[in-house]
Amino acid sequence: MNNILIVSLLVLGVLGGVLAVILYFVAQKFKVEENPLIEEVESHLAGANCGGCGFAGCHNFAEACVKAAAEKHSLSGLYCPSSNMQEVADVLKLSVEASEPKIAVLRCNGSCENSPAKVHYEGADICAFANTLYAGKGGCSKGCLGLGDCVKKCPFDALHLDPVTGLPAVDPDKCVACGACVKACPRGLFEIRPRGKNDRRVYVCCSNTDKGAITMKSCKVGCIACQKCFKTCPFEAIEMRGNLAYIDPTKCKSCRKCVEVCPRGTIWEVNFPPRKPKVEAAESAKPINVTPESIEIKATV
Amino acid sequence: MNPLKTFPKGGVHPKENKLSANEPIINIPLPKQIIVPMGQCLGAPADCIVQKGDTVKTGQLIGTAKGFVSANVHSPATGTVAKVDTVMDHTGYYKPAVFINVEDDQWADGIDTTDELLTEIKLDSKEIIDRIKECGIVGMGGATFPTHIKLMIPEGKKAEYVIINAAECEPYLTCDNRLLLEKTQEFLMGVKIVMKAVNADKGVVGIEKNKASAIELLDKTIASNPELYAGIMVQPLKTKYPQGGEKQIIKAITGREVPSGKLPIETGCVVVNVSSSFAIYEAVQKHKPLIDRIVTVTGLSVKKPSNFKVRFGTPANLLIDEAGGLPENTTNIINGGPMMGKSVSVTDFPVIKGTSGILLMSDKEAQPRNTTNCIRCGKCMSVCPMGLEPYLLNREAKFDLFDETEKHHIMDCIECGSCEFTCPANIPLLDYIRYGKARTGAIIRSRNQK
Repeated sequence: MNNILIVSLLVLGVLGGVLAVILYFVAQKFKVEENPLIEEVESHLAGANCGGCGFAGCHNFAEACVKAAAEKHSLSGLYCPSSNMQEVADVLKLSVEASEPKIAVLRCNGSCENSPAKVHYEGADICAFANTLYAGKGGCSKGCLGLGDCVKKCPFDALHLDPVTGLPAVDPDKCVACGACVKACPRGLFEIRPRGKNDRRVYVCCSNTDKGAITMKSCKVGCIACQKCFKTCPFEAIEMRGNLAYIDPTKCKSCRKCVEVCPRGTIWEVNFPPRKPKVEAAESAKPINVTPESIEIKATV
Repeated sequence: MNPLKTFPKGGVHPKENKLSANEPIINIPLPKQIIVPMGQCLGAPADCIVQKGDTVKTGQLIGTAKGFVSANVHSPATGTVAKVDTVMDHTGYYKPAVFINVEDDQWADGIDTTDELLTEIKLDSKEIIDRIKECGIVGMGGATFPTHIKLMIPEGKKAEYVIINAAECEPYLTCDNRLLLEKTQEFLMGVKIVMKAVNADKGVVGIEKNKASAIELLDKTIASNPELYAGIMVQPLKTKYPQGGEKQIIKAITGREVPSGKLPIETGCVVVNVSSSFAIYEAVQKHKPLIDRIVTVTGLSVKKPSNFKVRFGTPANLLIDEAGGLPENTTNIINGGPMMGKSVSVTDFPVIKGTSGILLMSDKEAQPRNTTNCIRCGKCMSVCPMGLEPYLLNREAKFDLFDETEKHHIMDCIECGSCEFTCPANIPLLDYIRYGKARTGAIIRSRNQK
């Protein structure tokens, strides 16, 4: 009995020792060298694999950063919208250029109130499918379908369907401008725009390129291409794209003159302090506040 | 009467509700203005060749086919072009269209408008196909695929059978049935013309047995002149949906199966719809372009369910008024039949080549959908005529797993809607499958281009 125990212990012990030595040499032979910097860089990234940087995931981005640092001694062209690039640069002992913070904006205000439902939809809850089937509950063929493809695709939980307006609302604290919603929306309603100075920005909250008469039928706040903003803008920041005004964020100086002249309340100003009481009169075209209380939105005629 | 045939796998039998089966075809007078959309076929919309202020005659070409899969568009009335603009079609989207202020109904030169039956086919095969192309004929069952492409037999293939799809398996619709009863001889001449065009010996009219009077009349007409209608036979089919699916009707009649991803010509068959066949007769023998069709306006609460002969571009609400007006309890308006048709968001959409019916569903027929979870009962699998697994495709499409949908043959789905009809959980299976099919198809196409 004792004999068997000792023999088996000996055999297994020797076998284990020999195999361990073999494994050690094999491991040495087939060792994969990876720069420890890659792992360190990755630990400073968000880890959501959103693809906002243009790479397949955070690991690939970290690899690219380390490679660029070694070869070009610069991180130009590499940017992760959801991490602090300064930390990455510190790890790689480089400096970063300041990049403008950005945010996703929904260019549609066809809420339940502004574009009342004319038909009832009860098919599959996929915007991309509904888009092939019909123009939309309110009749606007360019507006939000309200089925939340963007909400499902947002990797940062920054988008939620507002039950009052029926539109997705962007949470400015969570949005990192990765652009997943831009890809998800079948009607291309999202745009990645600079957050603006002091987080104040002005943009056209509509994507309808139909003629004014057609837009008017389906929505109270759609752009009708009256060109008033286009003519008013002192900085030539507004261009007409088809039948839709577009504010170029690189030229816009946030003077808000366009907001004042817009007869439809289509142009939104976000995070500006309240105006003086003289323009409070016309309330009809006031958009609904779709963002949390921290933001004040005012558009007046 | 030949013994009953049917396709072997799946299928459902919804309530037939052929309310307007005994209503003769009524001509709808021309409205003051007609709006002719340029996109009336499956492929690219036609290029408009008229301008504002032009005078057009009935049957005059106003839009030329653009690209391979496309069909010509002709003016359905005489008058002046008010404008070339966009019009809201049945989906609610704005599409290019020609607005014509109707003044008269004067036919363009060279068109024979008499009712005389012309039995001598003077054109040869190629001329027939050219004439069909010129006259803008498309598949009028609803898919609106240009017919001339269908009749061009690829090299090395031989068309053995011409199958006329007279199944009309969609509940409610009766337009093909009425056409068979009222234009029997013209229809049969159309079959002969198609047989000559594709050089086939056999013509089979596949027809569901619920159209007994049409079967009898067809048999009698063929028997009255066996020499003229040589090669044409009538094949009664079991009343089962989707008997009129192209692949199903081929399987039912010839017993042959169209291989996955292949065209019906692989089995030596060319399938043509009844209305298309009649249109082919008029185009070839009378040189009359496709400018009108039979439309069934029906529904349980409709006062006068009817079959109308309508010029294209007539607004649908005119037809609804003619059928006794829009019933108050209407909850759903469908363009086409109840199984494959699509709900519309407006009632003033213009009638086009693919509008086979306008179905007004009351609140009793179209109840709100109360979707619950899938319990894996497998009913959808047992009714799928293509032998697919709809519940599985539904889940895969929902989560964007398009490599899986491709593996499970989503591209073979004929979108008949039997699965959705039978689903006890009321899941919009067909919606998800259509979505998955569109996305999977796009992926396959882009891969093939590389």
